[in-house]
Amino acid sequence: MADFSKRYDVLVIGGGNAALCAAISARRDGASVLVLEAAPKFYRGGNTRHTRNMRCAHDAPTQTLSGPYFEDEFYEDLLRVTGGETNEKLARMMIHESKEMLDWIVEQGVRFQPSLGGTLSLGRTNSFFLGGGRAMLNALYQTAEDLGVAIAYDAEVTDMVIEDGMFLSARVKQGEGHVDVRAGALVAAAGGFEANKKWLEESWGPAARNFLIRGTRYNRGTVLKMLTGAGVDEIGDPTQCHAVAIDARAPEYDGGIITRLDCVVFGIVVNKHCQRFYDEGEDVWPKRYAIWGRLVAAQPDQIGYIIFDARSLELFMPSCFPPIKADTIGELAQKLELDVAALEATVTEFNAAVQPGTFDHTQLDDCRTEGLTPQKSHWARRLEQAPFYAYPVRPGITFTYLGVRVNEQSRMMMADGKPSANMFAAGEIMAGNVLGRGYAAGIGMTIGSVFGRIAGREAAANARN
Amino acid sequence: MHATDTLAEADRLMTLCNSCRYCEGLCAVFPAMEMRRDFLDGDLNYLANLCHSCGACYHDCQFSPPHEFNMNVPKVLAQARAESYAAYAWPRPLAPMFERNGLKIAIAAALSVAVFIAGFVAWSDPAVLFAAQSGAGSFYRLMPHNTMALIFGLGFLYAMVAIGMGIRLFWKDIGEPAATLVEPPSIWQAMKDASTLRYLDGGGVGCMNDGERPTDTRRVYHHFTFYGFLLCFAATSVATLYHYLLGRIAPYPWYDLPVLLGTLGGVGLLIGPVGLLMAKSKRDPAVVDEKRTGMDVAFLAMLFMTSLTGLGLLVLRETPAMGVLLALHLGVVFALFITMPYGKFVHGIYRFLALVRYAKEKRMLEMGA
Repeated sequence: MADFSKRYDVLVIGGGNAALCAAISARRDGASVLVLEAAPKFYRGGNTRHTRNMRCAHDAPTQTLSGPYFEDEFYEDLLRVTGGETNEKLARMMIHESKEMLDWIVEQGVRFQPSLGGTLSLGRTNSFFLGGGRAMLNALYQTAEDLGVAIAYDAEVTDMVIEDGMFLSARVKQGEGHVDVRAGALVAAAGGFEANKKWLEESWGPAARNFLIRGTRYNRGTVLKMLTGAGVDEIGDPTQCHAVAIDARAPEYDGGIITRLDCVVFGIVVNKHCQRFYDEGEDVWPKRYAIWGRLVAAQPDQIGYIIFDARSLELFMPSCFPPIKADTIGELAQKLELDVAALEATVTEFNAAVQPGTFDHTQLDDCRTEGLTPQKSHWARRLEQAPFYAYPVRPGITFTYLGVRVNEQSRMMMADGKPSANMFAAGEIMAGNVLGRGYAAGIGMTIGSVFGRIAGREAAANARN
Repeated sequence: MHATDTLAEADRLMTLCNSCRYCEGLCAVFPAMEMRRDFLDGDLNYLANLCHSCGACYHDCQFSPPHEFNMNVPKVLAQARAESYAAYAWPRPLAPMFERNGLKIAIAAALSVAVFIAGFVAWSDPAVLFAAQSGAGSFYRLMPHNTMALIFGLGFLYAMVAIGMGIRLFWKDIGEPAATLVEPPSIWQAMKDASTLRYLDGGGVGCMNDGERPTDTRRVYHHFTFYGFLLCFAATSVATLYHYLLGRIAPYPWYDLPVLLGTLGGVGLLIGPVGLLMAKSKRDPAVVDEKRTGMDVAFLAMLFMTSLTGLGLLVLRETPAMGVLLALHLGVVFALFITMPYGKFVHGIYRFLALVRYAKEKRMLEMGA
């Protein structure tokens, strides 16, 4: 049980993978630890709830990994997805530490399984959690509880006292009132601000009101704002977020994995005026899915419609809502409340531009359009076989890039260049240090686990001194 | 589109699960689900019977209640499973046996015991019924062996026919060809999976009973129950062979095979059902099909009573209590036999069959891959 009157050695703000790894590692090093999770117990864990795997370097295949993934290859992958926007020293350290993580995280009760159906391309590089991210979290919480880590839910931090880069206390909402909690060291692992629509609006304008948030409503970025307000150095693009196109019928928050749609490459995508706006077949889907959130966000009313025909229906993973179905394109337009003539014209024009080719959805094939703007470079087949289907899509926000700068100890760096006396950060709140932009599957969990473990260890050492 | 609201809800859940698949390492249900894109009633009944109700997917699911997607796979599959038992009941007019099953099984047991006591009183000398007996054939002074064998033979035969008809209906419903039932690799795999309760372990950590912390107690107690039942069945079979082939008449000494097997099995049938009942009382109410608790309790109680009366008979067989105890034991066992097709017993039959089909589907998939 959490005792707010006690002065803990280490205070962890947040309740996801990074927070729990920090709490466990600090506790194992002998520190007394309090974890403050703003969400209620069911929604604990932020984005970790929705994850399913972790990317770790390893020199040999394991029971659940099909081949080696050397540190250099991991680093090259990171360079590729970030376009070089990474801190090489931190990134290489993280990748090196990730090798130990495969064993360490299992010692904390987390179980791996062979990679999932439909994600076999990750079987060599990524370790999949048995039962997914929530199962992983449950294991970490059970271990933390067994070790004597105090955990409080519905415990939002609303204010902090930080003097000259030194954390003194945090004000925690408890029911109608507040309590002040003191601690020797702080680990901030409270995620990004993707669920804070007002903040998103600062960069995206009113369009942000139409965004759907893929994770919980509790990633509000309040801790991040308090820290930068207290003089901690910022890192990462404050205006950017990881956005994919998800089913527009998804709930505003926490729709998670099952709202994603993998069928863009098989059809055309139009906006509310029935106009296409980007090359749907530019590249294989795993390399392109992350641009479609931003593309749809730029369309009027932030909505798009993926249109495909009967031949493509079973070529992609099913998703949670059934597609809208009609016998003709005109009827489909009616059901979507789009202009019938306009959608028919767009489809007719597209069909006329499709060149003969051999369709092969497993590789970059030679099915493309000619003389069409924008063109469709691959997998272009006429939309002609009834029934016709559509999915409405909106931008789905996964995470934000803005964070606090840290050093190799996971210690926060102040804007004046000095390291903080007792403040550490782990997870999404500092991910921008190694992931300046882009994303590679499972890397968020690597950042969380590796920096969480380091932050916990360093905070415990710090509190003892 | 679906025969019942439960199956419609199961369809909704499986469609959502199929677009997530995070649980596919937990058991057989999710890999079997992935082999499908649409879920007909038969598919859902197959998946429901494949589910061992370990509960892991409920605690691992990011969308379980209070999430608005309200995903409660163990509970809904438990409901679908129980409804499928009634749907496969033979003859049809006895399907309502599955409603308020606990009460009906209790009535059947009481009636059966009463008939045996009344029969003993009517057909044998009351002096014999309440007198101490000893030596070979002491049981048969109360009821001739041939009569006993005839009554139980007929009861058992009826149960087998009724269960056989249920198997036929289940197999037809899930749309599997009869030929699968004679494929040795599928049968063998299912026997291994069933005898180890491979899928009652949450994918390796243990099943979740009273909360999110995995335990293994249900598996252990189920082993006590299942193997206890098999040992008791073996004891009866050996005794029957003794009687007809070797001409050796019961009761047998304590060190003889039927008594040893029966005693061991009986102990299992005392420990197992009690353990399972205790686990059930602590089970997380969120995943329980509360309408059918009576069915589970009745079956466990019947197994426990079978053992208790049998062991009681063994200990007190040379005292004046033997007559009444024999009537009790025979009454309970007879009721157990004839209600087998109409109670929780059938879970083992349909789950085993679902495992046979899963073994086949998995093999086909691996051969194709």
